[in-house]
Amino acid sequence: MTKAKEALLPSTIKNKEKRSAVHAKLKHQKKIEKKKKANAREAAEKRALELGEEPAPKNIPRTIENTREFDETICRPDDDELFAGNDADEFSSILKQEHIPKVLITTSRFNSTRGPAFISDLQSVIPNAHYYKRGTYDLKKIVEYAKKKDFTSVIVVHTNRREPDALLIIALPDGPTAHFKLSKLVLRKDLKNHGNPTSHQPELVLTNFTTRLGHRIGRLMQSLFPQDPNFRGRRVVTFHNQRDFIFFRHHRYIFETKESKQADSKGKVSEKKAQEKVIVRLQECGPRFTLKLTSLQNGTFDTRGGEYEWVHKPEMDTSRRRFFL
Amino acid sequence: MQHDEVIWQVIRHNHCSFMAKIETGIFCRNPYNVTGICNRSSCPLANSRYATIRDHDGVFYLYMKTIERAHMPNKLWERVKLPRNYAKALEIIDKHMLYWPKLLVHKTKQRLTKMTQMRIRMRKLALKTREKIMTVPTKEKKREARREEKAEKAAVLEKSIEKELVERLKKGVYGDIYNYPIDEYNKILDQEVGKGALEEEYEEEEEAEIEYVEGYEELEEEDDMEDFGGLDMGDDSDVDEDEDEDDEVSVAFERKRGKKETARRLQGKDEREGAKSKKKPKVLVEVEREDTSGRQRAVM
Repeated sequence: MTKAKEALLPSTIKNKEKRSAVHAKLKHQKKIEKKKKANAREAAEKRALELGEEPAPKNIPRTIENTREFDETICRPDDDELFAGNDADEFSSILKQEHIPKVLITTSRFNSTRGPAFISDLQSVIPNAHYYKRGTYDLKKIVEYAKKKDFTSVIVVHTNRREPDALLIIALPDGPTAHFKLSKLVLRKDLKNHGNPTSHQPELVLTNFTTRLGHRIGRLMQSLFPQDPNFRGRRVVTFHNQRDFIFFRHHRYIFETKESKQADSKGKVSEKKAQEKVIVRLQECGPRFTLKLTSLQNGTFDTRGGEYEWVHKPEMDTSRRRFFL
Repeated sequence: MQHDEVIWQVIRHNHCSFMAKIETGIFCRNPYNVTGICNRSSCPLANSRYATIRDHDGVFYLYMKTIERAHMPNKLWERVKLPRNYAKALEIIDKHMLYWPKLLVHKTKQRLTKMTQMRIRMRKLALKTREKIMTVPTKEKKREARREEKAEKAAVLEKSIEKELVERLKKGVYGDIYNYPIDEYNKILDQEVGKGALEEEYEEEEEAEIEYVEGYEELEEEDDMEDFGGLDMGDDSDVDEDEDEDDEVSVAFERKRGKKETARRLQGKDEREGAKSKKKPKVLVEVEREDTSGRQRAVM
């Protein structure tokens, strides 16, 4: 009896050839079983459809998003504390349209190759963005200068090995400093069939910022753009958070009605059988990149004396189901 | 003295662990060396009377060794603290090394000068902020790249953006921009277009160039009212327009023609792109949309 059990557990067999053979057999068996189950499920569904009954409810596949570790800082829609916090935080004055966002873009001390192209793309995305060359000023001095000139945020593009690879967003007057790692940068000229953005004020789409930290970052992004989008301009800027990576996209869109196949293509009302669906078509313009938050510091840029709200540590990466934004 | 010579012969020709040979010369790594070069006169091991300057925490000390103490390695080096003031330090060196060989005194003073300059520079640099280079282990970089790829696939970006926009439309965020009644609109457009085509044919007979251009502009303005063409015009009218274009000579018209040509090129590439370019006002392109007209209709 025990011998049979041991034979089933490949790890107890010392002989490598025999062990791998047993393992392969086990896997093969599992595969066959799985196929059988899948086929049975499909057959059952077909039968149910033919008979006109309701097919059995489909199983929901497990995804990383489904099985995300429980996080107590996930914002709930009925959280009063959240709204109170929002009113009192640094972005509220901009988000309530009391100030118009004015952005200062600069670089690290060395700037090369893709940096300037990226900055010019950024200037076309963010309305009211001004680019100043870095020189050898200290960042703290730059922050003071920007405060004097009434800027609402400073963006520093940092280049490493001739590629922009980090973004530092400092909200002013004494807003938080967020440091992001930039990757997968695709400039507008490298996009196929890209469009050219107009200068209408864009709409913002911020998806999937669930936790409190994510919410704060979302508001930081919001404060870069003016709060009165021009819908006629049909420009949309998206910050989509997925598994702690923030994907940035910039599109122009068009709404269309798509009629289903049974309808007459000329759109005569009487002959339409199926419903009209509204779809939206997107044309990508502007750069495309992903950001990952490395640290969020309260107050303006101060690495030595600053108080960090959140810092990325390698030990946070140990679980594949744990995300912070 | 004999002792020194023997030591030098041994270490130079056999092996000295402080010697570092690089392509520009031979150097001595011994911390008590005054010049840093591996030389008969600069070797602290092979000279029983020797002096050097060493630095500890920003304070300079004069170290001296004499043959009288050669048998007591523990008490071999005599240390004198030098003042911060450069001139005073030079005086102190002179005082202590009064009867020493001039070469050694000279080398010691040179070393003092160099070290003072270095000290000033280090202090200045420490005041400036410099970027600190942080390295990231390759394993982490690869892991992040892998996770990013998967996250991008999991976030079906285009679909989610489209979903969000459609939801906004349904909620009514866009207000009144998008809800004109399509069918009546299209019907009216068809009528107008028909009229426009007729006008052109008529004017072709007259050959009054100026009038023709105006008629054309009229058509253009109609197209502006809607954002996208999708006009379903009969092929005849299109053909007519083509011919008319070729006849025209006026500058304004040529400009428009240029736009049409680019539009045709665009059409070849991507329908969608062509549709987008319709948004720009005053582009004739819209009139020519033969291909797309069949497939799409305007707007919500």
